[in-house]
Amino acid sequence: MIRTPLRPLARILKARDRGENPDVIEAENKRIRHEEMADKARQRAEGRLLVLGLFFFCAFVVIGGRMGTLASSVPEEPRATTVGNPIIGQRADIVDRNGRIMATNLATHSLYAHPRDMIDPARAAAGLAEIFPELKEEELVADFTGDRKFMWIRRQISPEQMQAVHDIGSPGLLFGPREMRLYPNGPIASHILGGASYGREGVASAEVIGVAGVERQFDGFLRDPANEGEPLELSLDLSVQAATEEVLAGGMSLMNAKGAASVLMDIKTGEVLAMASLPDFDPNNRPRILTEGDQSDSPLFNRAVQGVYELGSTFKIFAIAQAMELGLVNPNTMIDTQGPMTWGRFRIRDFHDYGPQLSTTDVIVKSSNIGTARIALMIGAQRQKEFLGSLGFLEATPIEMVEAPTGAPLVPRNWSEISTMTISYGHGLSSSPLHLASAYASLLNGGTKVEPTLLRQHNPPLGPRVVREEISRRSADMLRQVVERGTASFGEVPGYEVGGKTGTADKPRESGGGYYDDKVIATFASVFPADDPKYVLIVTLDEPSENSGDKPRRTAGWTAVPVAAEMIRRVAPLLGLRPQVDSAQSVSVTLTSN
Amino acid sequence: MRSVLYVLAALAVMGLAFWAYQENYKTQQAIKQVRNLHAQIGAAHERLGMLKAEWAYLNRPDRLADLAELNFDRLGLLPLMPDAFGQVDNVIYPLPPIEPIINPVELSSDAFVNDGEEPL
Repeated sequence: MIRTPLRPLARILKARDRGENPDVIEAENKRIRHEEMADKARQRAEGRLLVLGLFFFCAFVVIGGRMGTLASSVPEEPRATTVGNPIIGQRADIVDRNGRIMATNLATHSLYAHPRDMIDPARAAAGLAEIFPELKEEELVADFTGDRKFMWIRRQISPEQMQAVHDIGSPGLLFGPREMRLYPNGPIASHILGGASYGREGVASAEVIGVAGVERQFDGFLRDPANEGEPLELSLDLSVQAATEEVLAGGMSLMNAKGAASVLMDIKTGEVLAMASLPDFDPNNRPRILTEGDQSDSPLFNRAVQGVYELGSTFKIFAIAQAMELGLVNPNTMIDTQGPMTWGRFRIRDFHDYGPQLSTTDVIVKSSNIGTARIALMIGAQRQKEFLGSLGFLEATPIEMVEAPTGAPLVPRNWSEISTMTISYGHGLSSSPLHLASAYASLLNGGTKVEPTLLRQHNPPLGPRVVREEISRRSADMLRQVVERGTASFGEVPGYEVGGKTGTADKPRESGGGYYDDKVIATFASVFPADDPKYVLIVTLDEPSENSGDKPRRTAGWTAVPVAAEMIRRVAPLLGLRPQVDSAQSVSVTLTSN
Repeated sequence: MRSVLYVLAALAVMGLAFWAYQENYKTQQAIKQVRNLHAQIGAAHERLGMLKAEWAYLNRPDRLADLAELNFDRLGLLPLMPDAFGQVDNVIYPLPPIEPIINPVELSSDAFVNDGEEPL
């Protein structure tokens, strides 16, 4: 840059010659220079302002544009990451202990109508009535031509029905996706599974909720997406359950019973392997609750859990086991059985007269009420109540079903001496077959308490001790003798040492006051194999009568025992128990090719 | 020197911006792909559920019992009896057949001595 000097020599000399002040020239030049600098600075500032203005303009345009697009577009969650596993929104499956499906979901469609959009409502109604025979054409026409804007037609339809409705071609008939709860095995384990229905429902989806049984009990678990679709594993074995129900249904019709229940329990863990109650129902199409009459006649009623009955002589083993535990008797102690036994205004009788005395073992084998009552008197009311309480007889079973609390046992308000005596042979205390099963399991598994459960258990901890191991062993021996030479002789199953105790209890009249003469609850509580107890099976028949003889036979020995024996014969191989038989000849292999 | 630094810094900013832009788009693409895969997995789950339900329905114990009854004679089935259980050690396994000798090998004890080798 060429700088103009402030005092150019030529002009200074000239000015001196003329006698002028040279400082004027310098001042003039300074002024010019300052003006130039000011011009330059302003120009630069103007340029900067322009750039800044442009920048602000662009920024506001961008912000405005962005606001415009945000206002006019569908909101969307910004996603910078994705979760590891897609959330499975379906209700979880229910499987048995071997992973076989007991309840699952099926994607179906629901059918709804917008009558306003219909072009030819009469034709649509006719078409629908043809596809769904249960719909009335006149009602549909009335609905479609009325002033309704929306109506459900069917909650769930099959793909074939959907195609047929589609073919009607009415723009007012619409489909929504719908999840359907499916029980592929039909009525098998119906009381345990319960059933499901729809909660809040919309066009796009509907909430599936459990209404009874484990579906209701574990509703939260089954619906929790955090489980990632992990199924609910029950303790049931589907094959065993199916075989149990088949045999029980056959037995119920052979014995002319109006209802039946059975419980098969693992003696160590308390896992319920099969639990059946007849009559049953199909959970895919759950019947309605009875609005009148006795709820216990409904197929929905679970006799094994909710049905509390006086279970009769099956209780005798508890009195005797407790007396042995307390050291009051041993299997050979002789007990006075001279009848009838009178206590106040009560008289206790035996089915037959068993003579003046029997050994403790024979009291069980011959099922003497008098003998058991005398043993119960030795124990006393307080200790008996505590013992039965430790076996779980004083409260509802803790099984994982919503119906469990309704199966609370009926215990006498005043546990008097006469109550002690009657309860010792199973009258005066009503409990469910499931109570009996867990009590037998607790008594016979070595003497530690088990709690019934419907969930698969992996190494559950041992419960508190109820009786000594030796007493448990002796009780199993006594029960074995009942089958070998006592009231349950039909209970013999070749290959499996079955032990058990029969119980035949008269049904109390509903109106109160006394018992029916010709209606009984026949129960067989069994354990197998008796030399190393593994499973407990309870079979209860409601009002059975075996009519092959001259007069109807109602005792458990003739009714419940053969059914239980057939059940054990069918079920034991499924449980992996090898029968103890001497095979007649050794098996040889035939060569079919070389 | 300073202007060179400015230019370099500007270039670096531009380069980084370009890189970030590209990474952003790659991420979006990957997320889209994952979402697509999730949708596929969901559809597969649904299909699997359907197939499982069908399998369970076709294998329901009632149906199997009916099928077993229908084909009882044809398959030569027998009712399950306790003596139908055998023990593995009761089974007489056939001995492997002895093959006929086709090319015999001549051996004499002298041969070993002559060779001076240890007999195996």
